[in-house]
Amino acid sequence: MGKTLFDKIWDAHIVEDVGPGTQVLYIDRHFIHEVTSPQAFDGLRKRGIPVFSTAQTIATADHNVPTVNQHLPIEEPLSRHQVDMLTQNCAEFGVELFGLGHPNQGIVHVIGPELGLTRPGMTIVCGDSHTSTHGAFGTVAFGIGTSQVEQVLATQCLLQSKPLRMRINIEGTLSKGVLSKDIILYIISKLTTSGGNGYFVEYAGSAIRSLSMEARMTICNMSIEMGARGGLIAPDEVTFDYLKGRPHAPAGQAWDEALRYWKSLYSDEDALFDKEYHFRAEDIGPMVTYGTNPGMGLVVDQHIPDAETLPGVEKALTYMGLQEKQAMLGQKIDYVFIGSCTNSRIEDLRLVADFVKGKEKASHVAVFVVPGSKQVEHQAKAEGLDQIFAAAGFEFREPGCSACLGMNEDKIPKGAYCVSTSNRNFEGRQGPGARTILASPLTAAAAAIAGNIVDVRTFLH
Amino acid sequence: MDKFTTLNSTAVPLPIEDIDTDQIIPARFLKATTREGFGDNLFRDWRYTQGEQPNADFVLNNPRYRGQILVAGRNFGCGSSREHAAWAIYDYGFRAVVSSFYADIFRGNALNNGLLPVQVSPAFLDQIFRHIEQDPSTHFTIDLQAQQISIAGTELSEHFDIDPYKKTCMINGYDDIDYLLNKRSQIETFEKQHQIY
Repeated sequence: MGKTLFDKIWDAHIVEDVGPGTQVLYIDRHFIHEVTSPQAFDGLRKRGIPVFSTAQTIATADHNVPTVNQHLPIEEPLSRHQVDMLTQNCAEFGVELFGLGHPNQGIVHVIGPELGLTRPGMTIVCGDSHTSTHGAFGTVAFGIGTSQVEQVLATQCLLQSKPLRMRINIEGTLSKGVLSKDIILYIISKLTTSGGNGYFVEYAGSAIRSLSMEARMTICNMSIEMGARGGLIAPDEVTFDYLKGRPHAPAGQAWDEALRYWKSLYSDEDALFDKEYHFRAEDIGPMVTYGTNPGMGLVVDQHIPDAETLPGVEKALTYMGLQEKQAMLGQKIDYVFIGSCTNSRIEDLRLVADFVKGKEKASHVAVFVVPGSKQVEHQAKAEGLDQIFAAAGFEFREPGCSACLGMNEDKIPKGAYCVSTSNRNFEGRQGPGARTILASPLTAAAAAIAGNIVDVRTFLH
Repeated sequence: MDKFTTLNSTAVPLPIEDIDTDQIIPARFLKATTREGFGDNLFRDWRYTQGEQPNADFVLNNPRYRGQILVAGRNFGCGSSREHAAWAIYDYGFRAVVSSFYADIFRGNALNNGLLPVQVSPAFLDQIFRHIEQDPSTHFTIDLQAQQISIAGTELSEHFDIDPYKKTCMINGYDDIDYLLNKRSQIETFEKQHQIY
């Protein structure tokens, strides 16, 4: 019997079987940030123990950093305190920190891959549910709570029960204007926000293979939005090309050895999955959400469903100020946010810039573009993307999680509609009373220009 | 971690599905650097109006409903991995949550903090909601050793599943970290043969 990609990686990291279903799992890479780590460091301090492996631990400040004037002290006192605590904790325990002002600073799930810290075959954890992003490289990566952050800091291990295996196959060719964000929003709309619960998902098929690494990261990133423990994609030439030459990627003979191992990371022909789905790329269009969880999505030219047919839709529509059976096309919007660990990489910014070049945003819409990292920010400036954004009336900011969760000043006001390239449209996610419409960077850019929800495909012919 | 053996209490009903951790504790309240005090902001945006007045329509503000058990619709705790959600529920005074389905990360976080997530069938969940609605003083007994939840004054009860290791931890108040710290030598041995490429 063959093994799945997931099983190959997981099984190579089992330190001990503890009994029915529970295993001690070794963690290769631990990313930490300011929000979910202070109580964990406190725990180590109380026990008087060090970080088990500082070389495998990397920290950055991202969740509540401001996205303007990062060279100045953080104004908001609680945010400043939390970021200061991270700095102190990292200094005390000897953990490398990419803090504000550091050239490697950025959203934790953007910097790991761009620095080559994320590599095929690894187990990766972080106190953040979007850790599944790293699965795009063929890793077993998942989000953990703060107690588990403490466990990994203390022992480089976690007690885990092994999830079930799911494979989602997307075959075919994507239509013009349809991005990987649309693929994952489409999948979640079919499987619902809990359809992946208990599973680790492998994304496969010709449509997935044709995607860039950045596009693959967008898909794996949102695995948690269908409740899955994580998502991963088998590494291939696209992965290896992306990694080669990155600062922490192996080089020389070590590269050749790594490559030999990485090429063994795929699901065997006869591997068995506990559940399997098949979708056609041709059926997927530009997606938008209409409700208050990421499963409440539709292809942009469809109508909102009848509230009686789906549980929770009526409550969601009341919050969103939308009507059942209403068209999403033409829905007026107030804000556009392009950023977050889902869609803030250089490729996302290039797509947006390419679309808006020579165009101007609708006068009633406020648009901000928040790069995923300092490196993305510099690259965008080097390519002149910032000038294109400025000419279109888009504000180009400094890196951080920003309006994805509104822990800093970047909040959407009550009742306002925001087309967002982020990952969650929960009530109040972008600020109390804010109404989030999730979409791809292209659909968001088109909405910014039109001032309402439009079908980006009609602009591309 | 506090021990959990049995709990006998009235319950607070929240018959909403897919309650995400952003509702349980909104992100703007995650800035504390200790584990205490999050209960004040539990369900903040449902509990208070925009003018920061208690929302009389929300169940936590309804004096009819009190107790150490929170009963919620299916897929409770989806979304963000923030452990602050479990801390907030515990800090408010709940010791168990009852639902027909939990998001994975929330379930783990709850178990790591002595908050018991009891998963019942959809039919039994409906019965619990009905009994609370008819009589908010109805008591429920959760017996972790027997893995059973029952409705006082009735014959109604149901068995619930829990990972055997986690059950031992909850009953004895053990943390995973104590277990893992005792495994240091095995972990070091593992590292010697483990190659990270």
